[in-house]
Amino acid sequence: MRSNPRDYQLVAPGTLHAVLSLLAEAPGKWLPIAGGTDLMVLYGAGKLAARNLVSIWSLPELRGIEVLPDQVRIGAGCTYAELREHPVIAREFPLLARAASWTGGTANQNRGTIGGNIVNASPAADSLPALLVYEAELILVSVRGERRVPYLGFHTGYKTTQLAGDELLRAVCLARQFSECLHHTRKVGARSAQAIAKVAIAALGGVAGGRVQEVRIALASVAPVPLRLFETERAVKGKSIDKCLLAAARRATVSEIRPIDDIRSTARYRSAVSSNLVEEFLRRLSAGAPI
Amino acid sequence: MNNSSIVGISVPRKEGQDKVTGRAQYIDDIVLPGMWYGATVRSTIPRGRIKQITFGAEVAWDDYVIVSAKDIPGKNCIALIAEDQPCLAENCINHPEEPILLLAHADRHALAKAVNAISIEYDPSPAVLTLEESERCCDIIWGSDNTFKTYVIQKGDIDSAWAKAAYIVEGEYRTGAQEQLYIENNGMIAWFDPEHGITVWGSLQCPYYVHKALMTLCQLPAERVRVVQVETGGAFGGKEDYPSMIAGHAALLAIKTRKAVKIIYDRLEDMAATSKRHPSRTRHRTAVSKDGKILGGTIDFTIDGGAYTTLSPVVLSRGAIHAGGPYYWPSVRITAKALATNAPPHGAFRGFGAPQSLFAMERHMDRIAQIIGASPIVVRQRNFLKPGQTTITEQAVREPIDLEKLLDRALELSSYQSRKESFAEENESGEIKKGIGVAAFLHGAGFTGSGERYLGSVVGVEACADGAVRVLVSSTEFGQGTKTALSQVAAETLGLGYEDVDVAPADTMEVPNSGPTVASRTVMVVGSLVCSAALGIRHALRQSGWLGDSYSPEEFRAACRNYVAAHGALRSWSRYEAPPDIFWDDEKHRGEAYAAFAWAVYIASVRVDLTTYTVSVDDFVALQEVGRVLHPVLAAGQITGGVAQGIGLSLYEKVIWQNGRMQNSQMTNYIMPTSLDVPPIRVFFEELGNVHGAFGAKGIGELPIDGPAPAIANAVADALGAPCDCVPLLAEDIFDILTTRVATADRSGSPSR
Repeated sequence: MRSNPRDYQLVAPGTLHAVLSLLAEAPGKWLPIAGGTDLMVLYGAGKLAARNLVSIWSLPELRGIEVLPDQVRIGAGCTYAELREHPVIAREFPLLARAASWTGGTANQNRGTIGGNIVNASPAADSLPALLVYEAELILVSVRGERRVPYLGFHTGYKTTQLAGDELLRAVCLARQFSECLHHTRKVGARSAQAIAKVAIAALGGVAGGRVQEVRIALASVAPVPLRLFETERAVKGKSIDKCLLAAARRATVSEIRPIDDIRSTARYRSAVSSNLVEEFLRRLSAGAPI
Repeated sequence: MNNSSIVGISVPRKEGQDKVTGRAQYIDDIVLPGMWYGATVRSTIPRGRIKQITFGAEVAWDDYVIVSAKDIPGKNCIALIAEDQPCLAENCINHPEEPILLLAHADRHALAKAVNAISIEYDPSPAVLTLEESERCCDIIWGSDNTFKTYVIQKGDIDSAWAKAAYIVEGEYRTGAQEQLYIENNGMIAWFDPEHGITVWGSLQCPYYVHKALMTLCQLPAERVRVVQVETGGAFGGKEDYPSMIAGHAALLAIKTRKAVKIIYDRLEDMAATSKRHPSRTRHRTAVSKDGKILGGTIDFTIDGGAYTTLSPVVLSRGAIHAGGPYYWPSVRITAKALATNAPPHGAFRGFGAPQSLFAMERHMDRIAQIIGASPIVVRQRNFLKPGQTTITEQAVREPIDLEKLLDRALELSSYQSRKESFAEENESGEIKKGIGVAAFLHGAGFTGSGERYLGSVVGVEACADGAVRVLVSSTEFGQGTKTALSQVAAETLGLGYEDVDVAPADTMEVPNSGPTVASRTVMVVGSLVCSAALGIRHALRQSGWLGDSYSPEEFRAACRNYVAAHGALRSWSRYEAPPDIFWDDEKHRGEAYAAFAWAVYIASVRVDLTTYTVSVDDFVALQEVGRVLHPVLAAGQITGGVAQGIGLSLYEKVIWQNGRMQNSQMTNYIMPTSLDVPPIRVFFEELGNVHGAFGAKGIGELPIDGPAPAIANAVADALGAPCDCVPLLAEDIFDILTTRVATADRSGSPSR
C-alpha cells in the first residue's frame, strides 16, 4: 500500500440528499466513491490525487433496475453482478449483460458499478460500447435538480466528462426497442478473463430485403473515448453485404479510429483487429446468425 | 525396514493444514515488539553517477533513520559467486531500481511519502540495453568485454561434419524475461544486538546463501549471524539470490535503529526490482545428413545477465549443457556467453537456463524437419540419445531410457496422427487455424558437474526426547513439498509412520548446511543423505541396546525416548560424497554433468484465431520419466502448475522494458494465464528408478517449464505455416509474424519459406 490512510478523508452521509449537499458546498472538493474498484487501485499504487472521498456505496436512491413499458432505468449504483443477473437486461440488452460478465472477477463484479464505469471514463471500459450502441440516456442529479443528457457525447476527452463538480450520475436509461436486432459483442483482451480490453466491439443491426437496415457499431480502446463508428455505419447502411462492402467497412473503420501504442498493445494490431471485428460482425449480420 | 510403504503414497502435506486454515505465519504476519518498517530508495536511470541527493522539506526527517552505503560495517556487496553487486549503490548506478538509500520509520504508512520526497540528481551515461549492444562493446559496463562468463563445450570433429552434410540448417531463437510471480512477495525482518549479532527471518529458499551474504556485509562471524526461514509463499528460484539483498537491507536498518525492522515489498516493487528469467538468444547451425541425422553443429547460446554477475555463470552452464537436447551429437561446439546489460540482474527461475536453450533446440528440430522434408517425429526419432551413447559433454547414458518408446506413448496419448490429419483438413477454410507440436527434452537433476562435491552438503537426523524423529536440513519448504517428501523418506527408511517424522524449521542455528533448495536436488541428493543419516540413528539405537533387530514404530519411539533420557541428544550426520566413478572437467565442461537425467515428451494442441491473432492451448500432454514418484499428488501438481507457468512463458508473460526498466510491473498489465487460459493438462509418469536418488527419485520440478514453450511454438508454427522462433508469442507477435511474412513474400516474389 503506497498511500497513507491518514492523508485521506472518507465520509459516508448515507442519503442522496446529504451527499448532494456536501458536493454543492464545495464543488470539486469531494470525489464520490462507490465500489472503489478503480479508485482503490490508484490508492494502493500511491496515485490517488483526490484526498476527500464521499461514499455513495449502497445509497438507496442509486440502487435497483426499474423496468418500465418503454425503457429500463438502471441505478448508477447497480453492480456488474446485478446487471448480468437481471433477466430483462440479459434478454433485451445482452451486450450490456455480457460486458458486465467480463469486468474483472467475481469480487470486482460485486463491488464495481455501472455508474463508476461511466464516470471513470476509461476508453477501455467494458460496458461503454454497449451504452453507445443502445444510445443510453444519463440522468445527472445535483441540488439544482435533475438533467438528462445523451450518453453519446458525455465523454468530452480522455477521462473527462460533462459531469459538473456538484453532480452525481443517478441513473442510466435504455429504450426497449432493440429486440428485433442482432446483438453482437466481442472483447479482445490479453487473456480470457481478468483482462482490460485491447479492443472490444459492441454492435447491433438488422437486415431486410438483403440490405442493412439498422446498424450501430462501437469500439473500446481505439480512441481517447469509447467510440461510435458513425462513418462505418454510414458506409454499410442500406447496402447489401458483399466482399466489396466488407472492404469499404474495413477502410471506414481504420479511418475513423485513433488507436495508439501503449503498454497493452500496438496501434497496428488494434487497427487490424478493429476492422476484423467489424467484418466479423457484418458477416454474422449477413448470415442472420443469432447471438 | 517394514513394508509400510510411505514413499509413493500421497500423504497429507506436513504444513498443509496450517496453510489452509490460515494459521501459517508468513513474514508479513509476524510483528516483533517495537518493530520499525523499512523502505528502499532506488535509482530511476539505467546508468550514470549520483550527483546529489536532496531530502524534501515536506518530510520530518528526524523521525526517520536513513542508511547509506557509508553505514555498512563490512563489505558493500552481496556475496554470492562474484562480489560485484553492491548492497547499496555509492556513486555508480548500473541499473534502474538499484538500491541507493534505506529508510526506516515506526509507521509503515509513513514510508512511501518519504521515499518520494528524496530526489536524486544523476550524471547519466549511455546505457547498454540489449545483447547486441552489449556484445558490440561500444560502451564497456562490466569487466573488459561486458562478459560475465564464457563456456565452450567441444565434442568431436565438426569440420568433417560440414563436409559430409547434405543440409546445413540455421536458425535463431529467442526467449524473453519472465517474472516468477510467487503468490507472496519478498519480505524480511532483521533484529540486531551487539551480543547475539544479527538475526533475520524471511521468505527465502536458501538460508545459507543469506547467511554468507550477511557475514560479509555486516562483518560478523558465522555464529553471530542467524537466518530463519518462515513460511514461504512460493519462490520458483525468485527467492534464491535476491533475499540476500533484502536481508542485508533489513540488517543494516536494524543495526542503525537498534530495533527490529521489517521490509516487505509490494507487488510493484517486487516485480520491478527483483530478478527474472534470463532473456536468451540461441543460434544453431547444424550439419544434417540426407536422412535427417545430425552430424554436428555449432550452438551459440547467449543470455542477458543484467548489471551484475549474481547467478548468471551457473544459469549459463546449465543452459549450455542442455542446449543439445536429448539427441546424439557426433560433434558439436557450444559457445555460451552471459553478457552484461544495464537492466536489474536476471537470476534463478525454475529451469535455470535450460528452458531457454531447449526452446531453441526443439524449435530447431522442427526447422530441420521442414527443410529436409521429413516429419518432426521422424527427425527426432533418428537422433534420440540411446543408452551407451554420450551426451554433448561426453557423459555416457547409463540409464535404460528408450526415448522412441516415450515419444510413441506421447503421440498415442495426444492422438497426434489423427489430429494432424483433421487439423490439415479443418485449416483449409475459416478463421481458426489449429496445430499440434512436440517437444522432447531432458533435464539434469541436482547441481551441475562438481557442484555437489564443492557443496559437500550435510544432513542431520535427530531422535527427540518425545520419541519423534526430526530431519535437520537447510532445505526449505516453499510450496513444492520439501517437508512432506523428506519426512516420507526418513519414515520409510526407518520403518516408521509418516506422523512420527517431522522436519525442523530451517534455522541456521539449528540445522546444518544441506545446500540451497534448488535444481531438484532436494529429494534426489538431500533425500539420499536423509536416508543415510536416518540409518545412523537406527544404528546408534541398536548399538546402545535400546532397539532390537526388528521393531515396531512404537518400539522405535520408545528407544528414542530411552536413549535421549539416558544419554542426551541423539543426532546423526551424513555428508555428501561424490560417487568414485564420476568425472567432471570444470574448465572444458566435459564429463558427468549430472548424476541423473529426467526425460520427457510434451505435446501441445493449439488454435490460432485469425480475427484476433490470439492463441489458445486446447490440449496438453505431459509425459515424463522421473525415476520414482515419491508423492503422486505433489508430483502431478508440480507438473500441472509448471505447465501453466510454461504456458505463461509461451503465450502471455512479456516484460515490457523501457530504458532497462520494467514498465508493466503490475498483475493487471504483466499478464499471467488464468484458469480459463489453461487447458486440461494431462500428466503421465514413467518410472525407471535412479541409483543416485532417494528411493530412485530424480528431479521433477523443472521439466514442466522446459517443455511447454517449444511444444506450443511448434504447434503455432504448425497451425500458421510460419516460423515462431521467439517466445512469448502474444497476439501482437502473431500478427507481426503473419504480416511481416506477407510483406517479405511480396518483396521477394516468392514465399518466405
